[in-house]
Amino acid sequence: MTPRSDEPDRLWAALGDPMRIRLLDLLLEHGEATASTLAGALPITRQGVSKHLAVLERDGLVTAHRSGREVRYAVREERLDQAGAAMARLAARWETRLTAIKKMAEQAAKRH
Amino acid sequence: VVPDAIEREIVIEASPRLVWGIVTEAQHLAGWFSDEAEIDLRSGGRMLLTWRDHGTYEGRVETVDPPRLFAFRWQTREGEFSETNSTLVVMTLEPEETGTRLRVVESGFATLPRSDDARARYADENAKGWLTELDELRQYFAEMVAANRAR
Repeated sequence: MTPRSDEPDRLWAALGDPMRIRLLDLLLEHGEATASTLAGALPITRQGVSKHLAVLERDGLVTAHRSGREVRYAVREERLDQAGAAMARLAARWETRLTAIKKMAEQAAKRH
Repeated sequence: VVPDAIEREIVIEASPRLVWGIVTEAQHLAGWFSDEAEIDLRSGGRMLLTWRDHGTYEGRVETVDPPRLFAFRWQTREGEFSETNSTLVVMTLEPEETGTRLRVVESGFATLPRSDDARARYADENAKGWLTELDELRQYFAEMVAANRAR
C-alpha cells in the first residue's frame, strides 16, 4: 500500500470552507445562478458570495459566463468528481488500515 | 469542515488495552501502516514511517493518552517535516460491551501548501484519467454535502 496519493491540494483548499460547500450545493440544485440569486439563499452578502465564487472559479470548480448584463455561474462537475475521488481514495486507505488493526488485535486477543 | 476531514470507525473484538498496543507500538505500526516504523511514544516524539517502495515519511506524536487517545501528524510527501506539510490523525478508542470502537479522523488537507510540483503531479494524474466510477463518486460527494448540511 502506498503511503499517500498525490492529492489535488488546490481542490482541498477550495473546498475547505463550509460556505463554499453550500454554494456548490446550491449551484448543483439550480444548474446555474448569479451571485445575487445565491446571496438570497445564503446568510452572507453578495460581495461575500462573489469572493467565494472567485476562489471556486480560480481553482476550476465553477465556470462563469456572461449572459447580457449578468454573470451566471455553474459547477464543473468533473472537478467535483475529482475531489470526491480523492476523498474516497483516502477513506479507502483508512478502511484498509482499520481492517488490518482489527485483524491483528483479534488474533492477539485469541492468544490471550 | 467536511471535506477537509476523513472519518472512519470499526468495532474490534479485543480490549482497548490490546488495541492500544497494536495502534501505537512500532512492531505493529509496521504491520498495519508502513513497512517499517519507529516511534518515540510521547507528546512531541518522532515517528519514522518507511515504505520500501516509497521512502520514509516523518511524523510527530501529538497526544498519548492510553488506552483512549492517540494523535499524530505525518507528512503528506517526502522532505522535511513541518506542521504545514502534514495532516493530523486522531485515533480514539472507546470501550464497547465486547471490545473496542476505534475511530480515526484525519484532517488538515485544506491547509496544505500548494507547491508547483504538487500541481504538476496533479495535472499529470489528471491527464492519465484516474477517474472511474463517476456515479459512485457523485453519490459520495452528495453524501458529504448532506453531512455538511446536517451540522
